[in-house]
Amino acid sequence: MATIEQPPVISAPEQAVGANGRWAGYLRLLQMRMLELWREPEVIFWVFVFPLLLALGLGIAFRDKPPDVTPIAVVAGPHAQQVVDLLQRSSEHTAIHPDVVAASAALDGFRLGKYALVVTMDDSGVHFRYDPARPESLLARTQVDDALQTAAGRRNPIHTETNASSEPGARYIDFLIPGLLGMNLMNSGMWGIGFALVEMRQRKLLKRFIATPMRRSDFLLALVSSRLVLMIVEVGLLLLFGVLVFHVRVEGALLSILLIGALGAVSFGGIGLLTASRAQKIESVSGLINVVMMPMWIFSGVFFSYERFPRVFLPAIRTLPLTALNDALRSVILQGASLDSQLGRIAILAVWGAVSFVLALRWFRWS
Amino acid sequence: MAVAIQCRGLRKTYDGKVEAVRGLDLTINSGECFGLLGPNGAGKTTTIEILEGLLEPTSGEVEVLGRTWQSHARELREWLGISLQETRLSEKLTVRETLQLFSSFYRHPTSVEAVLEELSLQDKADALVGKLSGGQKQRLAVATALVADPKILFLDEPTTGLDPQSRRQLWDIVRQFQQRDGTVLLTTHYMDEAERLCDRIAIIDHGQIIAAGTPAELIERLTGHHVVEFAVSGQSADNGTAWANLPGVQSVRTDDGLFSLQVSEPHETIPALLAEVQKQHAQLIHLTTRQASLEDVFVQLTGRHLRED
Repeated sequence: MATIEQPPVISAPEQAVGANGRWAGYLRLLQMRMLELWREPEVIFWVFVFPLLLALGLGIAFRDKPPDVTPIAVVAGPHAQQVVDLLQRSSEHTAIHPDVVAASAALDGFRLGKYALVVTMDDSGVHFRYDPARPESLLARTQVDDALQTAAGRRNPIHTETNASSEPGARYIDFLIPGLLGMNLMNSGMWGIGFALVEMRQRKLLKRFIATPMRRSDFLLALVSSRLVLMIVEVGLLLLFGVLVFHVRVEGALLSILLIGALGAVSFGGIGLLTASRAQKIESVSGLINVVMMPMWIFSGVFFSYERFPRVFLPAIRTLPLTALNDALRSVILQGASLDSQLGRIAILAVWGAVSFVLALRWFRWS
Repeated sequence: MAVAIQCRGLRKTYDGKVEAVRGLDLTINSGECFGLLGPNGAGKTTTIEILEGLLEPTSGEVEVLGRTWQSHARELREWLGISLQETRLSEKLTVRETLQLFSSFYRHPTSVEAVLEELSLQDKADALVGKLSGGQKQRLAVATALVADPKILFLDEPTTGLDPQSRRQLWDIVRQFQQRDGTVLLTTHYMDEAERLCDRIAIIDHGQIIAAGTPAELIERLTGHHVVEFAVSGQSADNGTAWANLPGVQSVRTDDGLFSLQVSEPHETIPALLAEVQKQHAQLIHLTTRQASLEDVFVQLTGRHLRED
């Protein structure tokens, strides 16, 4: 009888829910960020597939070609066959391809660049017609002269030996892979944080978040953490691809590579955050991101060595964050350099990241 | 009765020029549904965002649940559920994930499943936000506020752009929340929404409150209970004084040849009106009577319609 008087339990579902701990918000933010990225096919493409395609394309385009064959013209005459025979006997015969043609055809071909050299042999000896302004012409003259003299029985006063080298570690693809790693970390840091933030600001999602008790530091931390998770996959995939497809040799410790990659990801995350700290529109931040990244694409030695730029620019180029990242990655991956040998570059990268973060937090707009 | 929200002398000036809010006093009691009613650009959103602690007032004082934003921001955030005007939530998350995310920010949130059920979103729990209809998105926006298990619910234009059925669904949600002793502050430019949903309203225009009270009070105080609208032919239209002197007429407006009289007793006014029309040798070409609404109050106060563009 007495049991009827008990008050009904109304809020059973509420009571079933436990209180949230300190890190509940951070963990959910990170989880949801990863889910969002996973569900965005463009992200998967640009972050993971695009760098692989780029590596594949450039790796194939600049693969090591067989040595060049230099076409030369031998002017038809009584001694022409003798020249060809002598060349056949020389050690250089694979590098030189002689055509026996009439004098006029030989000169026309030379003028048009078809032949690097015109060789005429008569009773007085061998005549070379070459163009000192064309490197391959110069080279052909030396090669042919050398081949003829040696085949005719010249003895060289000093014995020399040469070894041709195109080993893994010194090829273009070896140079390229660390550069692509660095560029990819920059791209995804800038877009993954800068663009994402402005998009959320434009959607008023940032404002909605700060209308809750969410800690702002948790939000930014989750964003940076998501970059680190992606970084491991990005670096791992590209390295694995280089090793499997192009037989790139990774000399350094994997942990060192990941640590440098992590620093790169975080620093470019900071630069992305700074770039996005005030922009209200996706269009304006896209422009800003490109303005920030463009100089580094060109100067920081992604596709070719920055040593090609005039010497006066080099100190400035070396202080760019992407240059520091690329140089450190190359040293560790290709030369097996230790982390402490890269401290200078690590410091440059860290300063860029730290200064950007501090400024970004000062200027950041949540709405 | 406990006070939930109070503000005094609220002012907000943007860039030192645009005065969005110009001296606003409000007291909102615990457990009531309070509406800020006004046309677009009246300062409703600025006001509600100041009360939500998202904007700093240029001057004035705000107290929410007896606390100020300066001293107790974090605590207040735990107690308030906020739905902003036009937030576009992440389209790549599902409804449930979105609510899980928002609930993770609060120390003591309510259960996600309970909120899904209360807002009739169970069927859509695993649908991506990008695939929801406008009404469902708006319900989700309110759900992200309710998952906080808040003491006060802030809704900025919750039904703008929704179809009638979705609007009614949202009204039910607000009433349910109120029945659990929740306090609601909402902004709207819909008269019917304010009339049906709100216990008390403040009409805002140009950053100031021009009238406040229960909808019934406002209608009674500022207009008659009834409106008689008519049009006549065969005479000059601006002869308003003849109508104003009819018995029971409180005020007269003309709008594009249409006269409307605010009257307290239509059965006294209408016979006199017909007699007056005959006396002027005019023809009555249109005559209706209806209950006065907040729209009439607004027109009475400002000379403009609420939704004029």
